[in-house]
Amino acid sequence: MAADRKPSQLFRNMNAKVAAIPMILTACVVFVGGTLWTITYSFTNSKLLPRETFVGLDQYERLWSSNKWLISIENLFIYGVLSLVFSLLIGFLLAALLDQKIRFENTFRTIFLYPFALSFIVTGLVWQWILNPDFGIQRVVRNLGWESFTFDPLYNAEIVIYGVLIAGLWQGTGLVMCLMLAGLRGIDEDIWKAARVDGIPMWKTYLMIIIPMMRPVFITTLVIIASGIVKLYDLIVAQTGGGPGIASEVPAKYVYDAMFLSQNLAQGFAGSTMMLLTVLIVLIPWAYLEFGGKKHG
Amino acid sequence: MVDHLAPTSAPLVAAPSRAADEPWGRKPRRSITRANIFLYGTLIVFAIYYLLPLYVMIVTSLKGMPEIRMGNIFSPPLEITFEPWAKAWSTACTGLNCDGLSRGFWNSVRILVPSVVLSIAVASVNGYALANWRFKGADTFFTILIFGAFIPYQVMLYPIVILLREMGLYGSLTGLVLVHTVFGMPILTLLFRNYFTSMPEELFKAARVDGAGFWGIYFKIMLPMSLPIFVVAIILQVTGIWNDFLFGVIYTRPDLYPMTVQLNNIVNSVQGVKEYNVNMAATILTGLVPLTIYFISGKLFVRGIAAGAVKG
Repeated sequence: MAADRKPSQLFRNMNAKVAAIPMILTACVVFVGGTLWTITYSFTNSKLLPRETFVGLDQYERLWSSNKWLISIENLFIYGVLSLVFSLLIGFLLAALLDQKIRFENTFRTIFLYPFALSFIVTGLVWQWILNPDFGIQRVVRNLGWESFTFDPLYNAEIVIYGVLIAGLWQGTGLVMCLMLAGLRGIDEDIWKAARVDGIPMWKTYLMIIIPMMRPVFITTLVIIASGIVKLYDLIVAQTGGGPGIASEVPAKYVYDAMFLSQNLAQGFAGSTMMLLTVLIVLIPWAYLEFGGKKHG
Repeated sequence: MVDHLAPTSAPLVAAPSRAADEPWGRKPRRSITRANIFLYGTLIVFAIYYLLPLYVMIVTSLKGMPEIRMGNIFSPPLEITFEPWAKAWSTACTGLNCDGLSRGFWNSVRILVPSVVLSIAVASVNGYALANWRFKGADTFFTILIFGAFIPYQVMLYPIVILLREMGLYGSLTGLVLVHTVFGMPILTLLFRNYFTSMPEELFKAARVDGAGFWGIYFKIMLPMSLPIFVVAIILQVTGIWNDFLFGVIYTRPDLYPMTVQLNNIVNSVQGVKEYNVNMAATILTGLVPLTIYFISGKLFVRGIAAGAVKG
């Protein structure tokens, strides 16, 4: 166990390097190597197996002329924007409410956060059941006497993505609330006192003082939600299976289907490269803001 | 208002704690004011929205099918039956085999235990090396690792298939355990590195003076002193790995599918009559493990999330 009595320079570095081998392999082989491999092979015409016949940008042209991909992108965009806006709004609202020195704070927090412990599969299946038009909310409201009430997002291609959004928000807002609450608790009590002394109303204090002060928290939260949104897959598989038809397809599902179901590897690679590009567009400005001026933390 | 605060703020400079200024602070908020009704009203409305699915799940799983077809999903069961639970656990069908979710449950356990142990062992030693035994180039690899956490898994899925196939592990549980170890590494390494960095350096130096080596310090000092962070890491990994779907479906064979994949196959299978009560029982059963962890761990779960959130 204890390797060497005498602290030898070479041996010390050896041990640390040996301990870091899994990290180095993961970083270089899987993360960098895997990503470069996928990007490279997205320029080939690989079908069932990877092949080295390069066809330039053909796969990307096919991708962007594929209806399924365009719908996927549109869905991701709608889901992404609304999910960002609403989870920040609701998350901040809940955090601000919980921060009012209320009673039962722990109970409320536990209730708001528990869906986050559940998988997207469980989330998707529960909401599939609740939104089921024959048994769920629609039926309940109709039984109450409002016969023409229609609320069947999972069976209506026009609004299916909003049905997914309801479930996604249910699962994810608790996390945002937690991050926001931590941010609010980090704000000096004196700020509140000063605002009260000056007679600034509470909503104005939040809007003009607290939220600007919480900018780093908002940015970190934004990056976390955004990188989660791009990965959206399980929820769709469980809740709608991409349907009705292809109305609720998302890029991650497109990629999976192309690679593992329809033996169209290079299409999947091209799709996943586009996903990577999307993430980089979010990530690089953030990394620049976060680490650009300061020393690396 | 200003004269009211002036006498209090002067002596409070030395100890500006929240408790000390309570008598002069906000008005007591216990009374039923309009603001309070709004406050608690909003919270309760949200609480209902968050609790509703759990309630519907439980209620549905305790009803018989005739009652489900007649009644509404929010009404409590007239006749409580545990048959759907038994069926979900032991006889529900997924395509070919009909031995229920129990198979998936045990697969998940067989995936979970080695994955949690291996990923935490690797990441804690790695975080320790990064915090206390820095070597040249370590920061570069660490930065790549952290960036890797944000890269969509989809770009790495197929290369990993090839790697696992080369190693002869594609489709096996061992392969999936390796995948979980790899993808758990960024966040766990960060967690451990930050924790070990925050420990007093004198401790480490004293041990060095006493002649302890890399592993000696890790096992005799670092490990016993960092049990809380290990608990946080375990919570993070157990919920994360249990809830995984994508890796399970790609890197294992149908008879080794984890519980989430099997659940999805049971509920979304197109054959046969839909038994909603069995589906909901199966859904609860799958959610039970992370939920139990969540309710037991309480504050530590939140800490895990916060640690996971502060990437970089």
